[in-house]
Amino acid sequence: MTLTAATDFVAAESARGRGGGGPAPTRIVVAYGFWIFLLSDFVLFSGLFAAYAVLRHETAGGPTGAELFNLRNVFIETMCLLLSSYTCGLGALSAERRRPERFFVFAALTFVLGAAFLAIEAREFAGMVGKGAGPGRSAFLSSFFTLVGTHGVHVTGGLVFLAYMVAQVLVKGLRPPVLRRLLCFSLFWHALDIIWVGVFTLVYLIGDFH
Amino acid sequence: MDGDNRVVDDRTPGVEEYEPTASYLSYTAGLGLAILTTIVSFVVSQTNLLWPPGIPVGLVVLAFAQIGVHLVFFLHLGSGPDHTNNIVALAFGVLIVFLVIAGSIWIIANLNANMIDMIH
Repeated sequence: MTLTAATDFVAAESARGRGGGGPAPTRIVVAYGFWIFLLSDFVLFSGLFAAYAVLRHETAGGPTGAELFNLRNVFIETMCLLLSSYTCGLGALSAERRRPERFFVFAALTFVLGAAFLAIEAREFAGMVGKGAGPGRSAFLSSFFTLVGTHGVHVTGGLVFLAYMVAQVLVKGLRPPVLRRLLCFSLFWHALDIIWVGVFTLVYLIGDFH
Repeated sequence: MDGDNRVVDDRTPGVEEYEPTASYLSYTAGLGLAILTTIVSFVVSQTNLLWPPGIPVGLVVLAFAQIGVHLVFFLHLGSGPDHTNNIVALAFGVLIVFLVIAGSIWIIANLNANMIDMIH
């Protein structure tokens, strides 16, 4: 490489992502678009978090969070989701390295851990409704079920997305368009875990402490 | 040669390029840090390790730390040129989330304080 070529290379590299150096690869553009969608999802959740933060003491004489929440279950739920995020990342990495058999193993683990999270959450909800602490009992419980339920719906959607991605890899193989969708799935799944960090901190830990 | 200089950044638009951004090690490091912050959060909320009135603040700080770990190790948000746009978008998202949450709490707390006590 001549000196001019080296300077050109440095100039092109420093201009990347700032409008210079030519169009970005499709993969970067797709991930950016999906990232914008995820941020809009965060904005949706911020409204639900705000509602919960405002209403969490309005129990209308009904049960409070400290009486209803079982922190052991919440800890197991948290670990399930965190480990599924980890296996999802390893699955995406295996797919990028064109190791389909590893990808299927990690995808199955991700699915099982995500489903375990949902099962624990569904049992918690059923137990609360059974004790007469359903969403209609108080403003606190309405906002609780809306916030945690919306997250649960997202996890359910994520499991459908994951099953769909496994089917695509089976049928089409690890082609670039499939890999890009897989990247979007892993971004979605990691983003759900970020929202869960907010949920367990605000709803279960701070809620239980007061 | 003129031709030599021109091949340097001659990427065809839209062509896939794989730069190994992540490794098994970085995911494992992220998992370790996330588990650590989670456990510390649960322990802090159940014990008096922190000064009790400071526990909610401590928990919020731990949550932000864990979110940072997730962004860096799982979502691979970095300072490289490919991430410039992602970081700017994230900053805007954080601003909106902050406005919605802090604004709601602020306004409703004021309303609550000025409410005539009718039921209690």
